[in-house]
Amino acid sequence: MRSGRALLLAVALAAAVSPWLAVHPPARQHRDALFAPPMRPHVIAAGGLHAPFVHPLRLVDPLARRYEADRARHVPLRFFSEGRLVTADGWFPLGTDALGRDVWSRLVTGARLSLGIALLACLGALAIGAVVGGVAGVAGGLVDGALMRLSEMVLVLPALYILLILRASLPLVLPDLTVFLFVAGALALVGWPSVARVVRAVVAREASLDYAAAAVAAGAGRGRLLFKHLLPAARPAIGTQALLLAPAFILAEATLSYVGLGFMPPAASWGTMLQEAASVRAIADYPWVLVPALAIAAVVFAVNLALGERGEAIGR
Amino acid sequence: MIAFVLRRVLFTFLLVAVTASAALLLARLAPGDATTELVGENVSAGARAAERARLGLDESPARAWARWAGRAARLDFGASWRYGRPVAPLVAERARNTLVLAGCALLLATMVGIPLGVASARENDRAFPALVRLGSTLALSTPSLVLALLLAWLAARTGWLPTGGMTSAGAAAAEGAGVLSRIADLARHLVVPVLALALPVAATLERAQSRAVARALEEPFVRNARARGIPEARLRWVHAARAGAGPVLALYGLLAGALLSGSFAVELVTAWPGLGRLMYEALLARDVPLVAGCAAAAALFAGLGTLLGDLLCAWADPRVRHA
Repeated sequence: MRSGRALLLAVALAAAVSPWLAVHPPARQHRDALFAPPMRPHVIAAGGLHAPFVHPLRLVDPLARRYEADRARHVPLRFFSEGRLVTADGWFPLGTDALGRDVWSRLVTGARLSLGIALLACLGALAIGAVVGGVAGVAGGLVDGALMRLSEMVLVLPALYILLILRASLPLVLPDLTVFLFVAGALALVGWPSVARVVRAVVAREASLDYAAAAVAAGAGRGRLLFKHLLPAARPAIGTQALLLAPAFILAEATLSYVGLGFMPPAASWGTMLQEAASVRAIADYPWVLVPALAIAAVVFAVNLALGERGEAIGR
Repeated sequence: MIAFVLRRVLFTFLLVAVTASAALLLARLAPGDATTELVGENVSAGARAAERARLGLDESPARAWARWAGRAARLDFGASWRYGRPVAPLVAERARNTLVLAGCALLLATMVGIPLGVASARENDRAFPALVRLGSTLALSTPSLVLALLLAWLAARTGWLPTGGMTSAGAAAAEGAGVLSRIADLARHLVVPVLALALPVAATLERAQSRAVARALEEPFVRNARARGIPEARLRWVHAARAGAGPVLALYGLLAGALLSGSFAVELVTAWPGLGRLMYEALLARDVPLVAGCAAAAALFAGLGTLLGDLLCAWADPRVRHA
């Protein structure tokens, strides 16, 4: 019953080894195969078993961009060549986009940006939330009140609107690294309050227990009490918060990039890939441009599974 | 109770003021300005400077803010630079469209999520609750952006439903078409965006309600009621459902923000002329007064939603009033 976590691990691993999993360089444009449909490899030819191969595509109607598999030709798949797991000229496992770029290769490459930004934003939000919540829980009184009012306000803010305004205050075209760091930072800035509130509740509860009193009696200062004794007690709650925030962050990147305020087009992220799906015509005629949406759904599904399993594990 | 309401109203007011001010300042800080689009690129420096002066772009941000705040306090939010229309009616019209979308979605989510949540609580061995749980885990995993894209594909593929906009092109011209057919047209356009927005929310509500009822079913008062011979169905649908209402009502306050974020994605995918789209267009055009107006409306929407949620909670559970 660890399928959620296993699925997440698999996705993270795929993102880590994406250059190896990609069939083509993610930015290469196959000019003769714009909007090519997904192709499946075959293993049976002329009634017998055959090494895996694909039928290359042939453009039969340039106007409607209709392709047909060329049954007469076989292109064998090459394994472990050119530093890739598998590759074949003219093979597009999940089709191509408007510029003839391989969707599968961009999907695994884009996972790095989309998941990386969510990971960094999560770490940021958890750090801010843990410190703010911890300080509020230990200090109590006026500090507690002020910090909690602040967190309430940020919690209620329409987060996506704030994110859009923050992003739009910078130049539209920025290097990918700048976008990465900025968007992750902005996400952390709108995401911390829920963490802070949970941490504060745990810390305030734990601070009234005997072991906290013992630590104080042994001469622990407030900082030591908080970071050495109370925050570790909040660790399960913080982990759950991370799983709650991650899907929202992945989605925020996708939304920002989808509307053109995130990563910029040559970069592959799940959001920039979804720009291909901006017109209903493209969605209807070339539905494989929606693959990144399915990838997002799969990751969020895995997170939800992990969350459920976690809930069972810690008895909630 | 009155002190509680007053405090929450003040909080909402503060929220709107802070959000709108921050939006104004950030939109001014943005590189490039509205004059590029308004007067074009090939004009003399003098003409551009005159336009900048007319819009107040040559002032310091602090002065511009003070001027804007002074007028906004009298509910005058200035005129949009791009549309040349006063901001308030423009924003109100689009906010109404978003409200229609969000309202329908919330209603649908409540009508689907709450009964399913009550029905599926704590019956782990039956097929129906397992099916509901699987369904809501799936729905939770398809955020509005993803769902809107998938539904747009379905609608475009089958041709059953319009994929974008709020009215058919012909309907606006045919004023004499009658109210009923206009409503029917609107309803057809509502299906895709409302479903995309409502399903994840319905799943959230279903999960919360299910957990709350499951907890309530284990409490002593339910056991006592069972011992008194109250039928199991009544225990679940009346006693436990009512006891579990508190945590679910608390969730409603937070849904306003989720609905706003979700509706932004849905509006962009399905070309729904709502607040999110207006805000997006204003940001791209560097239309500072309009950005501030949209941000104020969004904050008001989120603030009032939270306020309503809090009031519902306070009404259901008196202990909240003193928190």
